[in-house]
Amino acid sequence: MLIDIKDLVKVYQMGDNQVRALDGVSVGVSRGEYIAIMGPSGSGKSTLMNLIGCLDTPTSGVYRLNDQVVNELDDNALARIRNKEIGFVFQTFNLLPRTSALENVEVPLIYAGVPRVERHARARKMIDLVGLTDRSHHQPAELSGGQRQRVAIARALVNQPSILLADEPTGNLDSKTGEEIMALFDTLNREGNTIVLVTHEEDIAAHARRVVRLRDGKILEDKAREPKGGEAHG
Amino acid sequence: MWLENLRMALRSIMANKMRSFLTTLGIIVGVAAVIGVVSIVQGLNFWIAGQLQGVGATYITVFPNRDPNDPDVAGRDVKLTFEDGQAIVAAVPEIASFTPVYFRGERVRLRDRKATPYLLGVGAAFQEVNNTWVEKGRFFSDIDVAARARVCLVGPELADKLGIAAQALGKDLDVGPVTFTVVGVMEKQGQMFGQNYDNIVVIPFTTAREIYGDEAMKQIRLDFQARSADDVQRAKDLMTALLRERHGIRRDQGDDFQVLLQEEILETTSKILGGITQVVGAVVGIALLVGGIGIMNIMLVTVRERTREIGVRKAVGARRADVLAQFLIEAVTLSALGGIVGILGGWGLGVLGAKAIPGFPDAHVPMWAIGLGFAFSSAVGIFFGVYPAAKAAAVDPIEALRYE
Ligand SMILES: Nc1ncnc2c1ncn2[C@@H]1O[C@H](COP(=O)(O)OP(=O)(O)O)[C@@H](O)[C@H]1O
Ligand SMILES: [Mg+2]
Repeated sequence: MLIDIKDLVKVYQMGDNQVRALDGVSVGVSRGEYIAIMGPSGSGKSTLMNLIGCLDTPTSGVYRLNDQVVNELDDNALARIRNKEIGFVFQTFNLLPRTSALENVEVPLIYAGVPRVERHARARKMIDLVGLTDRSHHQPAELSGGQRQRVAIARALVNQPSILLADEPTGNLDSKTGEEIMALFDTLNREGNTIVLVTHEEDIAAHARRVVRLRDGKILEDKAREPKGGEAHG
Repeated sequence: MWLENLRMALRSIMANKMRSFLTTLGIIVGVAAVIGVVSIVQGLNFWIAGQLQGVGATYITVFPNRDPNDPDVAGRDVKLTFEDGQAIVAAVPEIASFTPVYFRGERVRLRDRKATPYLLGVGAAFQEVNNTWVEKGRFFSDIDVAARARVCLVGPELADKLGIAAQALGKDLDVGPVTFTVVGVMEKQGQMFGQNYDNIVVIPFTTAREIYGDEAMKQIRLDFQARSADDVQRAKDLMTALLRERHGIRRDQGDDFQVLLQEEILETTSKILGGITQVVGAVVGIALLVGGIGIMNIMLVTVRERTREIGVRKAVGARRADVLAQFLIEAVTLSALGGIVGILGGWGLGVLGAKAIPGFPDAHVPMWAIGLGFAFSSAVGIFFGVYPAAKAAAVDPIEALRYE
């Protein structure tokens, strides 16, 4: 199993108040899965994504990634996992300003210590993959929202991570562009990438093969389903 | 990675050119001041050392002490005469040669050409004692001196002024009230503190005494050469004792003259120059401190502005150390660039400053000053960059990615 989560609890201390953002979540993800995490605002979706993405550590519970117990690792080891095993896609794109699309895609490779020439070649391949060949030298400010998200996806994939994590990746896009981005995710999943996607839109969730519903930090429902038009693209 | 960090740093600095410039102004000014002053002081040092090298380590000079604020000589009739010099030569075996030096301004005239050079009344040994030689013609001899001959030598600049640079020998020159025959032209010596040693006329001391009278010869300079550099200290002691005796100075009274050795002159000048350097150093220290605080301030602003960037970098795998290095290198790059601009500016300032003062020796920027300016400005960047960089490294990526 790629991801094995047992009784994960995350408590935030807000003054005298304790917020149980995650309240005993257990979930497993196999290689090649395409999962949507749904739930109302404040239900703990982002908290779960941050824990899976090793940006945060749980209050209690066990998180195994590739059979490695992640919640025992130190800061540097977590950074290494984020670099090699995780690809993040954010709602707000989070590209580096004044930095070309190509250079943005190179950033994870810099921290992986990949030499310059190889870095260029691999970043260019990713830019081609997401269909931005003729935009590779544009800065984020010169790109549309959909193009920016494509750059972000290229950056997430460039180090060949075990899992692609996307937190509301279409949240800042119009519905047509959102569909295009989802079509790209569908393709990536068909090519073998494991994808975990947070959304509160049923239309978007419909692309996934499994939907996990959260409420108040607990799993309400975890069920497999036929992906929408998944085969139609194939 | 280092190269990447440098590229990132330069990109960020260039993205805010004006802000970067203003931030580093303190460092630019501090380093420019240090380089400017050091270049001038070093130029002086070089020049003085060169001059003293000229007279050699065996050179000893005696001045009358005319300081009106010195209680030792206040109200006393201070004398230093040719006879004092002769007595020293007779009594101190370490002395090899001697010349009196009488010095004043004087008008000269050659037909319709006039000039106002310095007049030197010296002995026949002047050339050896001061290591200053004749270029053309001859110096005057012991016989000329004994005969109070009306012969003179001119400096190269005076020769130019009088229009006799090509054909000086044998010309009749009016020096003050008396007419002299030019027998030689001195070699070029250069200038020091606006005193021009090429605009001179040199006559026998005895002749000067005859023209200007005994009263004018009461306080003159006495120049000597010792037999060897090992002898100068002993010679100085003997000369001091002899002059005190001749001047009737009591045990409780200070000297009414001053014996200076070449190395003491060197020491005194380098002490003065060292003092200047120290004062400037203190000012520069303050400028660098202020500059460093400016850098720290702007780096803290930068870290806050780029919190989101830091979050993104951490999310894609940057370790704390990577973020720390990035911002530290940015701070050092900023301050080192300021240092480079300061070095170039200070260099220009020193060269122009030295040129602007007539007769001032050329500025000289030693390698160590450049290295020091660069090292100091970089060190300021490291020292004042650590705190902002540590703050950047400690940024929580989750908070940062939420940060608008
Ligand atoms: N850093 C934090 N400090 C305090 N409370 C937090 C923090 N992050 C999230 N929470 C709380 O945890 C709960 C879950 O938040 P989140 O995972 O962001 O929900 P979602 O992404 O599903 O909207 C919310 O009640 C939120 O207010
Ligand atoms: Mg959320």
